Amino acid sequence: MTVILSIQKVSKNFGGLQALSQVSFDLPEGQILGLIGPNGAGKTTLFNAINGVYPPEQGRIIFRDKDITRSKPYHLARLGMARTHQIVQPLNELTVRENVMVGACFGRQNMSLGEASDVADEVLEFVGLTARFDQLAGSLNVTQKKRLEMARALASRPYLLLLDEVLAGLNSSEIEAMTMTVLKIRERGITIIMIEHVMKAVMNVSDRIIVLDYGQQIAEGTPEEVANNPQVIEAYLGDPKLAERLMEED
Amino acid sequence: MKNWRHQLGIIIPVLVVAGLVLWPVITGNNLNRETSFTILKAIALASSLNILLGYTGYVSFGHIVFYGFGGYVGLYFVNEQGWSIWTGILVGGIASGLLAFLLGKAILRLRGAYFALATIGINEAMKAFANNFDLFGGPIGMVLNFSVYKAYGGAAKALSMTFFIMAGLTFAALIISHFVRTSKFGLGLLAIRENEDAAEVMGVVTPDAKTWAYVLSAIIPGMVGVLFFFKNGHVEPPLAFPLNSSIELLVMVMLGGLGTVLGPILGAFAYQGMRGYLVTSDFFKDIQLSVSGVVLLLIVLFIPAGAVGWLRRRIPALRRVLA
Repeated sequence: MTVILSIQKVSKNFGGLQALSQVSFDLPEGQILGLIGPNGAGKTTLFNAINGVYPPEQGRIIFRDKDITRSKPYHLARLGMARTHQIVQPLNELTVRENVMVGACFGRQNMSLGEASDVADEVLEFVGLTARFDQLAGSLNVTQKKRLEMARALASRPYLLLLDEVLAGLNSSEIEAMTMTVLKIRERGITIIMIEHVMKAVMNVSDRIIVLDYGQQIAEGTPEEVANNPQVIEAYLGDPKLAERLMEED
Repeated sequence: MKNWRHQLGIIIPVLVVAGLVLWPVITGNNLNRETSFTILKAIALASSLNILLGYTGYVSFGHIVFYGFGGYVGLYFVNEQGWSIWTGILVGGIASGLLAFLLGKAILRLRGAYFALATIGINEAMKAFANNFDLFGGPIGMVLNFSVYKAYGGAAKALSMTFFIMAGLTFAALIISHFVRTSKFGLGLLAIRENEDAAEVMGVVTPDAKTWAYVLSAIIPGMVGVLFFFKNGHVEPPLAFPLNSSIELLVMVMLGGLGTVLGPILGAFAYQGMRGYLVTSDFFKDIQLSVSGVVLLLIVLFIPAGAVGWLRRRIPALRRVLA
């Protein structure tokens, strides 16, 4: 198994706040890694560090055998890393197809407008937004905007996809559909890291899970191992019974 | 077929400008030619500003600096070094492009209001520089030797020639605008306008894209500056760097419609028409700029997308034609 992404002792502070401290893990190609933890645990900060939005103060990040610790987001997009945002960031005054074309044009394959337009149609079909291709992105509802984020990321033909809470705010049937989409993306050979609060979904989908709490990596393992880890239950969920209830929910 | 449709958006702009060029030619009236020249100049400048303002979403309050700077440099070479007007125009364009490139590296990292403020500062700084730079004649500026016109068959012929060069520059501005709008580079600019952070994450190399947009928006104004001062016969700092003209350009682009090829053309037409009426009316002639201010306010409040944007939104079928 080749390691696509290696996080080595990455730390990040904001002023006095230690947002990430000494986070380390290796991500094998083709896996889905779930990243969980309470609010403010540093999950999105870790994405921002990987993605080049806020470079870390310490540690190294290796992506496909390249040190990308201080790389800019646009360089990483070219290298084959794509992400979605927790708070959706549609290009409101552009159409849905144009939004996806931006991802395709400036992504890993550096496509021409013509190729990008074909890829956009294909990806929109994949995420189920074909009917809305000519609509302005600003007019979509939240679920559709989340799908659009995913479509844009996929259109860049990434090796690694960072999904930041794509399930948040969706109802249970939408969650099911989105989960299926995530699994289908992996079938295409794309490695995925997903931040998620919807426990049942993340437990079902992930090959491996990492738990963050106050910027510390407190547990790592298969979904079962993590769910039964007393430290996780205590630190992350507080109340052991709450864990069971959350597993039942949704 | 697909490509042909892409080109639809340029047809109306080209027809409008062609009509404007032909009007004085057909009527043979020199006064009409002057009116047409003024409108063409406004269209060329507004279309250039639109690349930065409309496509990239960066508000430049000092865009006239490129017109003034390019004009000064070009006129210097034509007047003092005896270069032809053609090379003068070329050099003026290159000088403005270079200035934009250097400025872009320095100030395009600023966003929103900070960038807008910086552009005003640059215009004023450049005016102060021209005031104190002896090579450019300091506060007196430069007066064109009348003999320069001789090479073009006398003043009358030279005047008529400047009109056709102006027409050429206006077409060039439209074609650049259309090319940017329909290119991959332009898609990157639109992404920056909509959400710069998201554009970066999607792989748009934002520092480079913004710098090139700035350069592209500066070249034609530099060329127009050379041509205008050549026609005018002299240049001096207040004539080259009028801050109010920068703001008038903003009004034109906003009025016609941001981020469209046709918008700045309609805006320039409407604004120059209104201005022509206001400066000749007894009541408005002294407060002409305050009327422009009110117009800008009304546009921002009620039709922020401008005339073309408003039409596109109301009548989706027009989207292909009114690009």
